[in-house]
Amino acid sequence: MEPRRDPRGALVRPYAVTRGRTEPLQNIALEAVLSCTPTQSAEARFAGHDKYRIASVCEGRAQSLAEIAAYTRMPLGVTRVLVADMVAEGLLTLHTAAPATGFAARMNLLGRVLSGLREL
Amino acid sequence: MDFANYDPAGANRSREIISAKIVIAGGFGVGKTTLVGAISEIQPLTTEALMTAAGVGIDDPSKVPGKETTTVAMDFGRITMAEDLILYLFGTPGQTRFWFMWDEIIRGAVGAAVLVDTRRITDAFAPLDYFENRNLPYVVALNRFDDAPQYELEEVREALAISPDVPLVMCDARRRESVKQVLVTVVEHAMLRLQAEHGFAAPVG
Ligand SMILES: Nc1nc2c(ncn2[C@@H]2O[C@H](COP(=O)(O)OP(=O)(O)OP(=O)(O)O)[C@@H](O)[C@H]2O)c(=O)[nH]1
Ligand SMILES: [Mg+2]
Repeated sequence: MEPRRDPRGALVRPYAVTRGRTEPLQNIALEAVLSCTPTQSAEARFAGHDKYRIASVCEGRAQSLAEIAAYTRMPLGVTRVLVADMVAEGLLTLHTAAPATGFAARMNLLGRVLSGLREL
Repeated sequence: MDFANYDPAGANRSREIISAKIVIAGGFGVGKTTLVGAISEIQPLTTEALMTAAGVGIDDPSKVPGKETTTVAMDFGRITMAEDLILYLFGTPGQTRFWFMWDEIIRGAVGAAVLVDTRRITDAFAPLDYFENRNLPYVVALNRFDDAPQYELEEVREALAISPDVPLVMCDARRRESVKQVLVTVVEHAMLRLQAEHGFAAPVG
């Protein structure tokens, strides 16, 4: 498959948009979902081009970190740094990925996924 | 909580959305993207991770002058099951040398399906080794290509030394019903494993 390119071209260094930071404030899971209200999106307008693009992707439909990276065509690591910043700034709401502990919580999730699949 | 932005259409719920992930693993060209595409509600998407050449076993970085990083693509699909539940399907990169990407992809997953192409059965050794050494529940799915030799499941189990407690199923990655059955098998197996870990006896059969 032909790799997707940053629309600004190969001349943009990947971590330039994070001002060189490569470590996210928190290590958000690939499948963790983020949502953005119209108010948050309006605020994100003032947070710079890349953050506004991210907010726009999540407005109206919650999207995973992986989806945000795919739709904005930014590398995953860069997207993770920006998204973690936006969560800290209150511009995005981070939802929980699948519970990793607790028998009842894990069983309940598996049961819901199973019936979801069977209903497809 | 911001009730001023309450949106009855559901877009702005403050309610938690839980996401779960199933990993579709396997060697190069076994049908991972096809499988994801057969059941995903969106066209499989691709995201790229950058990594340094040193981390991925490029033996001689001088062969790629001026290039310190390389890109690994992974693709994934989405099934929105309820307003508050989304299932993601992540395919591993075909080249099994990108192990550290696999570690990131399987983290937090409910389980995995390892796809095997019976025309190139030895390609499955590395992916199977990988999952044998992880704590993630997995099943093995034989993706039947039209021109492939027709093996019995038990022959394949023996050839690949798949442990008796790992489910082994036949599938056609292009068919939605078949893919659905693979995913159901993954989740059922994950439930049995979880029950077994918590001292429930596994049902016979
Ligand atoms: N006959 C047949 N062809 C299949 C099946 N699954 C996949 N294919 C074909 O096999 C080829 C490879 O499938 P992909 O889904 O791209 O495989 P992949 O595992 O994603 O490949 P990489 O990402 O490159 O490792 C494509 O041309 C598919 O159309 C199947 O069940 N039967
Ligand atoms: Mg693929």
